[in-house]
Amino acid sequence: MIVRTLAAAAAVALLLLPLAGVPYTTTLLLPAFGYAIALLGLNLLFGSTGLLSFGHALFVALGGYTAAALTASLGIRSLELVLVAAAVIATIIAVPIGLLCVRYVKIYFGMLTLAFGMLFYSFLYKFYALTGGDEGMRVLRPVLLGQPLEHLDKVAFLTGPFYYYALGVLVVAALVMHRLVTSPFGLSLRSIRENPAKAESLGIGVRRHRLAAFVVAAIFGAVGGVLLVVPTGLADPLLAYWTHSGNLVFMLLLGGFDHFLGPVLGAVVFILLQDSVMSFTAYWRFVFGAILAVVVVFFPRGLMGLLDARRAVVP
Amino acid sequence: MTTTLLEAVDVRKFYGDTCALDGVSLRVSAGEFVSIIGPNGAGKTTLVNVLTGLTRPSSGRVRFKDIDVAGCGPVRLARLGMARSFQLVTIFPALSVADTLAVAALSRLRRAARLFSALARDTEVRAAVEEVAALFGLADKLGRPARTLPQGDKKLLDVASAFALHPDVILMDEPTSGVSTADKLAVMETLVRAAKRMGIRAIVQVEHDMDIVFGYSDRIVALHQGRVLADATPDAIRADAAVVESVLGIATAQARTEPGRA
Repeated sequence: MIVRTLAAAAAVALLLLPLAGVPYTTTLLLPAFGYAIALLGLNLLFGSTGLLSFGHALFVALGGYTAAALTASLGIRSLELVLVAAAVIATIIAVPIGLLCVRYVKIYFGMLTLAFGMLFYSFLYKFYALTGGDEGMRVLRPVLLGQPLEHLDKVAFLTGPFYYYALGVLVVAALVMHRLVTSPFGLSLRSIRENPAKAESLGIGVRRHRLAAFVVAAIFGAVGGVLLVVPTGLADPLLAYWTHSGNLVFMLLLGGFDHFLGPVLGAVVFILLQDSVMSFTAYWRFVFGAILAVVVVFFPRGLMGLLDARRAVVP
Repeated sequence: MTTTLLEAVDVRKFYGDTCALDGVSLRVSAGEFVSIIGPNGAGKTTLVNVLTGLTRPSSGRVRFKDIDVAGCGPVRLARLGMARSFQLVTIFPALSVADTLAVAALSRLRRAARLFSALARDTEVRAAVEEVAALFGLADKLGRPARTLPQGDKKLLDVASAFALHPDVILMDEPTSGVSTADKLAVMETLVRAAKRMGIRAIVQVEHDMDIVFGYSDRIVALHQGRVLADATPDAIRADAAVVESVLGIATAQARTEPGRA
């Protein structure tokens, strides 16, 4: 009950934020929307299926570079088209990688996803002609729902139309993910997480389901990646770097992986926390390390676990 | 003439130089309750794993409903109509009783991979879950996470989820292991009654408790050192001096020294 009330209050606050005349905070939250979507995907893999990926940033970067290639190189500015293209490309890349990765579990799965993430990072870094190397690729301002909005300056665009667009995509992504985790497919994933041998004996194809979860997670990662690079106007190799994957895992643990809204809360809190900690110390990573340690030891269910004391059923 | 449901022909299984199964042949027909007995190391669990497609035999054939299923894997066998329960309690600890049974029901209805349908509104699955739960006395525990159940109920849930597949044949690896002696008969009664109600056509079990073996079996297969020592009715087995000496003597001795996990 308390969670529902808080979630409703947070939703209203997010809807009204652009009207409050705090453009700094409003733009600050934009990456949180992208991260929240990527994390919903990551949590289907970790929270529901029990596979912890250390290479999720690969798909975030894939989305970012898709946005860059389409808007800047190919002149396709429609954000809807960019999002669809990112989802398609993520699927194409995730199927072969997933086929290999889901043969393993636990740390072996984690290490393999980490390896693929770093492989993609090297590719982005070294193939200068294609990817711009360490300088990355520019992302041009996209067209939202066919509206050019050329008259708006950058801040007005980001804190107005784009803010609501990103929030809208997050809401749709969350609804889709909620449907997934409450579907037969979601239950099959949880049964695999709990006991793969038992799931198999009940006729659940373990690898097939793990692969499907991997691909869905990749799609969410890429969609999140698209929204992430629009505000910065840049897709650079660090998007795929392992520390970025590490940040994603941090956000998930911070928010709580055994609650459906944990990923969203984790993304928002991480972004706000990063901003405030960075404003008073250059050693923000040190502070974050300490926070991570405290969360893992004392609050293994994350912030959502503090808000919602009963054991979450989904995911 | 009865229908043969499950058949193993001259099955051998080697692990390196060790011969776990040395030419085992076995046939299970519709309507039968078959028990596999034998001392530890006789190859019982290997045989169950071969029969359930988990282990591919080194040679020999395994046929289920006239389809070659040697090493085909548990998923395919579950779809063909064979279910199994495990020696050690095998459950989904964090899933509720209802969800555990729903996994099996969805698998049977070929709905396990449905991405966007709402599970909570699937009345067919709900009915299947309630039917099985009622048969196993779990109806008032549907919402409880499996790990919070008492040990006996965990065992029942393990078997109940296999039953929820509505299989033709069920293989149970020690259905009463871990159950207190006082409760063993009650558990078996529940299982047999549920099997009748659900139209399960044959039961194969590995069991150490000789009261249960002789009380329920139509036929007993005695394994010893990877070979079939005897394959006969309970009365004939009791009269078989070789079996009594090498299997029953050891088995009863084990049952005495290792209560619960013989």
